[in-house]
Amino acid sequence: MASKEFFEIPKRYRTWSYALIGVGVLSLVIGYILYGAGEHPARFWASLLQNSLYFLLITNAAMFFICATTLAWGGWQMSFRRVTEAISVAVIPLGIIAGIVLIALVTVDPHIYHWLHPKGDKILEGKSGFLNTKFFIIWTILAIGLWIVLGYKMRQLSRSIDDSPLPDKETSWKYMYKNTVWAAVFIVWFALTVMSTVPWLWLMSIDAHWYSTMYSWYTFASTFVAGVALIALFVIYLKNQNYLPYTNQEHLHDLGKFMFAFSIFWTYLWFSQYMLIWYANIPEETVYFKSRIATSHYTGAYAGLYWFSFLINFLAPFLVLMRAGSKRNYTTMAFMAIVIIFGHWLDFYQMIFASVEKDHVTLNLFDFGVAVGFVGLIMLSTGRALAKYPLIAKNHPLLKESIIHHT
Amino acid sequence: MALKKFVVGCFDEEGALFDAVKKVRKSGHKLHDVYTPFPIHGLDKAMGLRDTSIHTAGFIYGICGTTTALSFITWVFTKDWPLNIGGKPHFALPAWLPIMFEFTVLCAAVGMVITFCYLCQLAPFVRKHHFHPRATDDLFVMVIECTPKSDEGEIKGFLGSLGAKEINVQQAETGWWLGRYDKEQKLYHETETVSA
Repeated sequence: MASKEFFEIPKRYRTWSYALIGVGVLSLVIGYILYGAGEHPARFWASLLQNSLYFLLITNAAMFFICATTLAWGGWQMSFRRVTEAISVAVIPLGIIAGIVLIALVTVDPHIYHWLHPKGDKILEGKSGFLNTKFFIIWTILAIGLWIVLGYKMRQLSRSIDDSPLPDKETSWKYMYKNTVWAAVFIVWFALTVMSTVPWLWLMSIDAHWYSTMYSWYTFASTFVAGVALIALFVIYLKNQNYLPYTNQEHLHDLGKFMFAFSIFWTYLWFSQYMLIWYANIPEETVYFKSRIATSHYTGAYAGLYWFSFLINFLAPFLVLMRAGSKRNYTTMAFMAIVIIFGHWLDFYQMIFASVEKDHVTLNLFDFGVAVGFVGLIMLSTGRALAKYPLIAKNHPLLKESIIHHT
Repeated sequence: MALKKFVVGCFDEEGALFDAVKKVRKSGHKLHDVYTPFPIHGLDKAMGLRDTSIHTAGFIYGICGTTTALSFITWVFTKDWPLNIGGKPHFALPAWLPIMFEFTVLCAAVGMVITFCYLCQLAPFVRKHHFHPRATDDLFVMVIECTPKSDEGEIKGFLGSLGAKEINVQQAETGWWLGRYDKEQKLYHETETVSA
């Protein structure tokens, strides 16, 4: 069977994505009745916060992947670049949802961000120049809005040469230059948001008294490795459906290297954050680990989850993906991609819930239901974006580099 | 170590070399090695070389480094010379992890470099025969080993038909010997040079 130029959404794919979204909506309704309307709405909102942010950031990582490779004039990813572009389309619906959730968190105030009431608290008053409702809302809208706009620009640049091949070397250079500039703009904005301010505002401020200089890097590493895993998953799926004729084991191998390397990078930050706090042993810093870690005379409620996420986010990818053979194996890669995406979802759970509900773990079907809904949403919007445009950017100057790519 | 007879064919193009390597293997001649000025992707596969195991060696060196570091620091700080550092436990694993990590990297890196040099027979005061000095410059040099059965003339003709620009036959030592490159030495004994 010859591979096709356009992705046709299979019936099962569509049914599954709608079913998953349905489960998500149902979970939301039940969750709202059980928790959101009850005495502790934080349980409900924290789950929304965790899922919407996690899935927003991992889809946005796809755009970061495109821009970083564009900026480096990399060619190897060109054979499946349209897949990453399609994943980044999901930033639009997820960004809108996350934006609504975040603005609701500071306006409706279900007791997640206690910096909303700094009165009488010296530390929070000191931070109120940064942690205040107005700045939070403006920055949130700006961050998500610019991700969407700049992402759209990058995708549009890629599509603009589909029907009009670049006639000569001169125009090719100009085209590459334009791509580089826009990728650079995105990267700068990415650095100002995901790699610094946004995790401080959205996540770290749940523990408003506490701070860690590693936090944003940690969040970035977590979402980037899961984002690469998501790319690999879609690439493997399309390959299975007989699309992407130019993508082969060589490309999969490189995606595997990314997953392997950034799992280690995540662990490096995971450990660095812990070690610095452990070493200094200052009470206002160590408080963060009280609910997360076990010591000889005290066990935090989230210690099990914390170590489990270390196990599946570091040891599993480290040991499984170390061999070259497993990075070139479609089954192993698909399995590890799912493990990594789930593992970092769990890590996000720990980051948020161990600060919101410190005393006991409340993870149940509701959280998984909401997560499943977001998975369905990503499937739907990515599938649609894949079906809309050709799967191969056939006129891109660097496509040949990807076809002959060899690790 | 023994002297052996080789037919050396020099190509000036990557494409011609690839083609030649495939055809030589197919024809059943014994391919000794191919020397190129820069690494060529896919050439190892075309030559039928097996994957290197140097990364397995690296893994073992790394694990040795980790265990050495962990056991030594543990011995020092819990048995030999326990110190109270900021009230931390004597067995202060988080503080040791960076050292263990660095030592792992050091052992793996140095070990792999030494292994690599050993496998390539590279060391100070050690020499090897070079089939063509321009293999480090702009020529792709393919060396075919002559077996008792093979016919030099036939191989030479074959190489010429594959597009070799320069063909010669050399009697050469395959292993290393003590010596230095900067001492003036005749690089190879040319029995005959045919230009095609």
